[in-house]
Amino acid sequence: MSVPLEHDYIGLSDASRSSVESSNISSDSETNNVLNLKATELSLGLPGFSKNFEENGCCTKFEPKNFMLGAKRGFSDVNLDVNGGFEKVQGLKGDLVDGVVKVGEEKKKDAVPSAKAQVVGWPPIRSFRKNTMATNVSKNGDAREGSSGSGGCLYVKVSMDGAPYLRKIDLKVYHNYAELSKALEKMFSCFTLGQCTSNGVRGREGLSESNLKDLLHGSECVLTYEDKDGDWMLVGDVPWEMFIDSCKRLRIMKGSEAIGLAPRSVDKGKNRN
Amino acid sequence: MTDSGSTDPTRIPSLPEVFLKRTFSLINSTSDRNSLSLVCKDWYNYERLTRRHVSIRNCYAVSPEIVAARFPAIRSVSLKGKPRFSDFNLVPEEWGADVQPWLSVFVTAYPLLEELRLKRMSVCDDSLEFLAMNFDAFKALSMLSCDGFSTIGLEAIATHCKNLTELDIQENGVADVGGDWLGFFPENLTSLEVLNFANLGNEVSFDVLESLVSRSKSLRVLKVNQKVSLDQLRKLLVLAPQLTELGTGTFSGDLVSSSVNELESAFSKCGNLQTLSGFWDPSLLYIPALYPVCGGLTFLNLSYSVLGADELEQILTHCKRLTRLWVLDTVGDKGLEAVGSHCPLLEELRVYPDDPLDQQSGVSESGLVAVSNGCPKLHYILYFCQRMTNAAVVTVAQNCPDFTHFRLCIMKPHEPDYLTNEPMDEAFGAIVKTCVNLQRLSVSGLLTDLAFEYIGKYAKNLETLSVAFAGNSDAGMEYVMRGCPKLKRLEIRDCPFGDSALLSGLSQCESMRSLWMSACNLTMNGCKKLAQEKAMLNVEVIKDEDGDDSLANKVYVYRTVAGPRKDAPPFVVTL
Repeated sequence: MSVPLEHDYIGLSDASRSSVESSNISSDSETNNVLNLKATELSLGLPGFSKNFEENGCCTKFEPKNFMLGAKRGFSDVNLDVNGGFEKVQGLKGDLVDGVVKVGEEKKKDAVPSAKAQVVGWPPIRSFRKNTMATNVSKNGDAREGSSGSGGCLYVKVSMDGAPYLRKIDLKVYHNYAELSKALEKMFSCFTLGQCTSNGVRGREGLSESNLKDLLHGSECVLTYEDKDGDWMLVGDVPWEMFIDSCKRLRIMKGSEAIGLAPRSVDKGKNRN
Repeated sequence: MTDSGSTDPTRIPSLPEVFLKRTFSLINSTSDRNSLSLVCKDWYNYERLTRRHVSIRNCYAVSPEIVAARFPAIRSVSLKGKPRFSDFNLVPEEWGADVQPWLSVFVTAYPLLEELRLKRMSVCDDSLEFLAMNFDAFKALSMLSCDGFSTIGLEAIATHCKNLTELDIQENGVADVGGDWLGFFPENLTSLEVLNFANLGNEVSFDVLESLVSRSKSLRVLKVNQKVSLDQLRKLLVLAPQLTELGTGTFSGDLVSSSVNELESAFSKCGNLQTLSGFWDPSLLYIPALYPVCGGLTFLNLSYSVLGADELEQILTHCKRLTRLWVLDTVGDKGLEAVGSHCPLLEELRVYPDDPLDQQSGVSESGLVAVSNGCPKLHYILYFCQRMTNAAVVTVAQNCPDFTHFRLCIMKPHEPDYLTNEPMDEAFGAIVKTCVNLQRLSVSGLLTDLAFEYIGKYAKNLETLSVAFAGNSDAGMEYVMRGCPKLKRLEIRDCPFGDSALLSGLSQCESMRSLWMSACNLTMNGCKKLAQEKAMLNVEVIKDEDGDDSLANKVYVYRTVAGPRKDAPPFVVTL
């Protein structure tokens, strides 16, 4: 059955569409320089994340499970050549992008991530349908009891303060906070030429106090979520399983709003780079 | 009536003018009328004076002045604008197809205009207001795949069109700026027969909607948007059991003020329902409420519903009379087997992709074959799939030789037969050889010039051909240009066809309505040559911002009696 995938909320020209296989591409639809912004990319400071964008030019390969940015429903109209430049990039308004850039074959765990480039206007599906499917999500469980369809999707909205539109992601695709954090970074990097930095050790499940400190000291961003009770909580306090069970939506908070959510003790992080 | 031996022009007695005009006014078929108008000058005149409806399939093929001059009595106009590939973002915004120039002429020529149906036109709010305020008899507005307007324009329509019977907003780029446009319908408006606002994103006031439905006793088509809840839908059904077409809102969530039984009971009172659509987020809990009406359904549109095979089958067991079915490919091949088993009367099937980039999901050749086995009356198919085989399509052609519309989209460009690794030439060859009534064909997958040779040789009734990522050389396109006498619309993208292919079909170009070629190998020189050879064609090149000026990346050619466009934006160059 279909693999749970990230949603492109708008289904527009976000330049973050990638292949079935494992590549992440930072999303940007305004400039040709997005792929060079790795040094200033948003990082949310969740554990397990390490700033390792240098691996392959511009993108880090993501873990398997066919994780794809965007495009489960609603896919972009931007041509993107992961390994180099790309042709004109589509503006958010939906201007045209020309040219088809064929990238190499997809490989699963490869040092060189390649993405199947998406072609403008292909497959030939009207924008209305694309946008509708992007916002019309299979809800987690509730409306799909007994469904033989893709059970086990858990889509939540992700908002970022200051960003013009929201995104949707499937939490079931990730296994830990690190993966989530990485994905969100990629997704929202176009909106912050970040002061956010993060440090962390790959593979850690819980957010340690020290990581939080690192997060807050150097950065402006905090990842929060709304739980079942409607309360806004800091991501990372509870075990991952418990988190995805109770998370209803995510919000990346910036600046002063972030103060007060995280503990304020001043330890030096042992995982600081 | 020709008598090859006689030269006596008075041999056929002329019929009285009154008689002819009266007779002609009863003839509605456009093609019949076109034939009548060719008989003689008198009949041409009688026909043009009695024509009530005109369909303009390319708004730049003729000018509004010319239309108004020829047909003075028009009450109903249907107008199509942009090339079809504009649906897929291949045409820049601001390209044109503005409806206003037409309205400006119609206001004097057709003050009694009643109906306007627009497809792929640019419509702004001011134009909608202009329409609403200047045409007192106006009744029916339908817009499909248009853009440029917002709910503010709809407010104007609601406010000023005192006799409105139809408001049909479908799949448009409409900006829903909120506000209460529905509330602008006056309390005394009771004439609505068709209301379709499924396209709009924001909530409408339910009280207003309820009141409108309640007083519109002639309402037969109601399609609401996703914001209308199940509870609300149930209430509407109770008010309008006479509906023949229903588009539901969201089909999930909690029924608060009633139960599933009550929902089912509301549906069961709708004995005239033939068409169902909507079903965003269908909840399996509530789908059984539909069963009472399923038996009478002829058209079921589930193309926005994420359903699995079993769920679809459950529904289809109740829908024996279906002739048209649209689904998402989440139903899989297994779901399509269910279609083949339960819908023997099926004539049209569309399978849309839920996730085009996921190569593991969706449907394949076996689903298509299963449907063709069970549905011998199938004549229209639109099928998005990840992979296909030649053998499967050959089988399908044999099972269903009556195809008039065969649109197969293998979603990965240049994808061969996945079992044999061969091009998909034989698949489409089988279709064109077997299906002699084929009018519309969309090809995909890895195709060589051979596929086009087949098309040129066999597809003698073909009117519309869509080609993408196919062919080897100019020869491919030349086969088609030379071989398909009835070809009206040809749209090509990303194919290695160059100037000589373009110029090979000079005579064809005149009889065709339009030709679109993008990302092929055309040069400006080639296009200029075409323009020089054929004065009655507009050869338009849509210029890239950068890119080689000698190349013509996007070319749109169409026949016209109106000369070059006067409203062409700077990036459209008419040669």
